[in-house]
Amino acid sequence: MQHDIYIYLLLMSAVTLAIRIVPLTLIRGQIKNGFLRSFLFYVPYVTLAVMTFPAITEATQTPVSGALALVFGIGLAWYGASLFKVASACCLVVFLTELVLVA
Amino acid sequence: MRQKGVFSTDMTESFESALAKTRREVFLEGVHDGMPIALGYFVVSFTLGIAARNAGLDPLQGFLASFFNNASAGEYAGFTVIEADAPYLEIVLITLVANARYMLMSCALSQKFQPGTSIWHRIFVGFDVTDEIFGITIARKGPLNPYYNYGAMALALPGWAVGTSLGVVAGNILPPAVVSALSVALYGMFLWVIIPPAKKNHIVGGLVLASFALSYLASILPGIASCSSGTRTIILTVLIAGIGAALFPIREPQGQDGSQEGDDRHAA
Repeated sequence: MQHDIYIYLLLMSAVTLAIRIVPLTLIRGQIKNGFLRSFLFYVPYVTLAVMTFPAITEATQTPVSGALALVFGIGLAWYGASLFKVASACCLVVFLTELVLVA
Repeated sequence: MRQKGVFSTDMTESFESALAKTRREVFLEGVHDGMPIALGYFVVSFTLGIAARNAGLDPLQGFLASFFNNASAGEYAGFTVIEADAPYLEIVLITLVANARYMLMSCALSQKFQPGTSIWHRIFVGFDVTDEIFGITIARKGPLNPYYNYGAMALALPGWAVGTSLGVVAGNILPPAVVSALSVALYGMFLWVIIPPAKKNHIVGGLVLASFALSYLASILPGIASCSSGTRTIILTVLIAGIGAALFPIREPQGQDGSQEGDDRHAA
């Protein structure tokens, strides 16, 4: 090993923190531009949706259990279940499905 | 309690105590919502710790990496660079690419801050912009209250860092069925964030559906499928939110009633 792990960690952390902190400190006011405002309003929903599917079907031992968790999660969230209920129901669905499907 | 312009330095004592109580309450709300995040993190970071150990990190280094990065894909990518003993520049570039989506999230969060929020609050909130904490911050009504984020961070950050450390020490003690089940907790949380607004607002709903569909397509189409999932997330987010903004500009400040007096409605 020619490189120092601590220097790696320092560089990595500096980059990550800059990515997170610089926009928050530079953009200090409300953006007036209508397009940008709309864009930033939609970003959270789009980015979280993109990250959820199909990733949820790839995180589990079988795609079926992940897909079922997706369906149950959407259903519960649709009817206003709490964060804790939605998250734990998804886990439970996967666990029970895999109890049957994965020997 | 949360009027603008009253946070001056010459607060009366009574006002200060009322404010302190409020901060504490908000902080505890954050702790409450941070609990499921911390649990999920603990499990996921355990597996990340295994990757850290394979890359040659000791428990302290695993802890430091996770405390200061708090990013699964970004850290994992970094560990592969460390394992390969690659040039320092490489870890800078790969971290930049793997974590670039946080820049988009920070830009979006900047609009939720009350104008005039101190730079320290911005720095400390920025310290832990993760997918999940971003999610619960967006789901919370009204302007961003830093103490809510601090409450969530107070559990999530140690959960992640300690989990990584333990993963380095004691890799594979969790059975695969448990890891598999717990790994969807974070996705459940994302659904909890996006589905209610999608139900209420048809445009958000349409964009969420389009995101699911295009994200699936991007994962199977040759070319884009070979990009890392972080890169795909950025490309798709910019594309879909951009089209949404061009076709359906929002007409009013989002859900922050009355917080933007005198704002002229440029949007249409």
